[in-house]
Amino acid sequence: MSGVRVLVGTRKGAFTLTSDGKRDEWTVDGPHFAGWEVYHMTGSPADPDRLYASQSGGWFGQVMPRSDDGGRTWSTVGNDFTYQGEVGEHLWYDGTPRPWEFKRIWHLEPSRDDPDTVYAGGEDAALYVTRDGGQSWTELTALRQHKTASTWQPGAGGLCLHTIILDAVNPDRIFVAISAAGAFRSDDAGASWLPINMGLRSGEIPDQDAEVGHCVHRIAQHPARPDTLFMQKHWDVMRTDDAGGSWREVSGNLPSDFGFPIAVHAHEPETVYVVPILSDSQHFPPEGKLRVYRSRTGGEQWEPLTEGLPQSDCYVNVYRDAMAVDTLDPCGIYFGTTGGQVYHSADSGDTWAPIVRDLPAVLSVEAQVLP
Amino acid sequence: MIRVVLPAHLKNLAQVSGEVHLEVPGPVGDAAGPVTRGVVLDALEERYPMLLGTIRDRRTGQRRPFVRFYACEEDLSNESPDAPLPDRVVAGQEPFIILGAMAGG
Repeated sequence: MSGVRVLVGTRKGAFTLTSDGKRDEWTVDGPHFAGWEVYHMTGSPADPDRLYASQSGGWFGQVMPRSDDGGRTWSTVGNDFTYQGEVGEHLWYDGTPRPWEFKRIWHLEPSRDDPDTVYAGGEDAALYVTRDGGQSWTELTALRQHKTASTWQPGAGGLCLHTIILDAVNPDRIFVAISAAGAFRSDDAGASWLPINMGLRSGEIPDQDAEVGHCVHRIAQHPARPDTLFMQKHWDVMRTDDAGGSWREVSGNLPSDFGFPIAVHAHEPETVYVVPILSDSQHFPPEGKLRVYRSRTGGEQWEPLTEGLPQSDCYVNVYRDAMAVDTLDPCGIYFGTTGGQVYHSADSGDTWAPIVRDLPAVLSVEAQVLP
Repeated sequence: MIRVVLPAHLKNLAQVSGEVHLEVPGPVGDAAGPVTRGVVLDALEERYPMLLGTIRDRRTGQRRPFVRFYACEEDLSNESPDAPLPDRVVAGQEPFIILGAMAGG
């Protein structure tokens, strides 16, 4: 029977959670990189034993560990994330120009078919790629040198490139999202970029039709329907069916349309999951009830999923990279909280149970199906 | 021989325990020039390349903001990287200490 490995990045290290295909008994291993922030840890779709982790910290900066044996052992690969060419400036919170300054890697997106090729999204916003298993990283400069880049301003979490989607059908198409610049698409493997923010409405910026400046929190795609993207924005859950050409709001009956993660069911392209958070300043669930909301209609109509989740006095958050699905049938859903719980559902969200309850604050969750 | 004390996180990263002992060019008066912080860090990073970028900027050499350098009960963090290290460090009688600042978190 297939197994599942859940990769969890936290404020103080990384953990791997493993189970067989039934997903009812789990083994917890870690912490790896104890004491370091692990913004993201993920595995190669082409080789599930090839793992990469973004290990960073305020004292000693960015480190990039890699495992070739599913996380049992790790070696350090390259951490030279350099802005190439003219560094340039973006806007700081107070509206003054500020030179780009590398802080950390937020997200790693391995190639679908080559374990040695990985894309990395950085803060301050930049997109890097390695084609040698992480030994060396090259910036795809066209994004940071986009004509609008000098107007990009950080969100509260920093000017971070947090979402990378390598299109499931078109190998030259890449989607990225940056807080708080917005979403961008490349149709030439990163050589040029198009802002794809038409239809987004953000009360935090004066021009609702602005080409950039929207605080996109997360974008998700189902591989069978690559032109359809779902977005959790700062406020609003959005949808596009033309690869970002235009967006429409599908928040519908959600109790709050603020949130961070968004995920699509592995086998149902119109089934989407979000975790509503009360507001931009109150980063906890409405009414103290931790509820995942599921739409089986591609948005607009949402149902709360509560069985097994705390329904009183719960005031945790779920970060943008902290929700994942597996590809088993029924589809497994996973998410981690700032309170250190990792919850999972082995039945597409109908029922939930914690895998662990007391980890450090969870920054990222990924799920791998093992042969 | 220079004795270097690494903070716990960097010991883990370099997979060492205890002090690191480095042979570096010098000492003062030799053609190689004085033993400086820069010389010691060059030797450290050459032996342990996984430490590149964790103590100082890879290109500018600037100390990371929350890294400190101590020796002989002195804070040398704000000294020039080209300043000679204390004689007792160069003689191996005192360690050159690299540590994380009291920054918590």
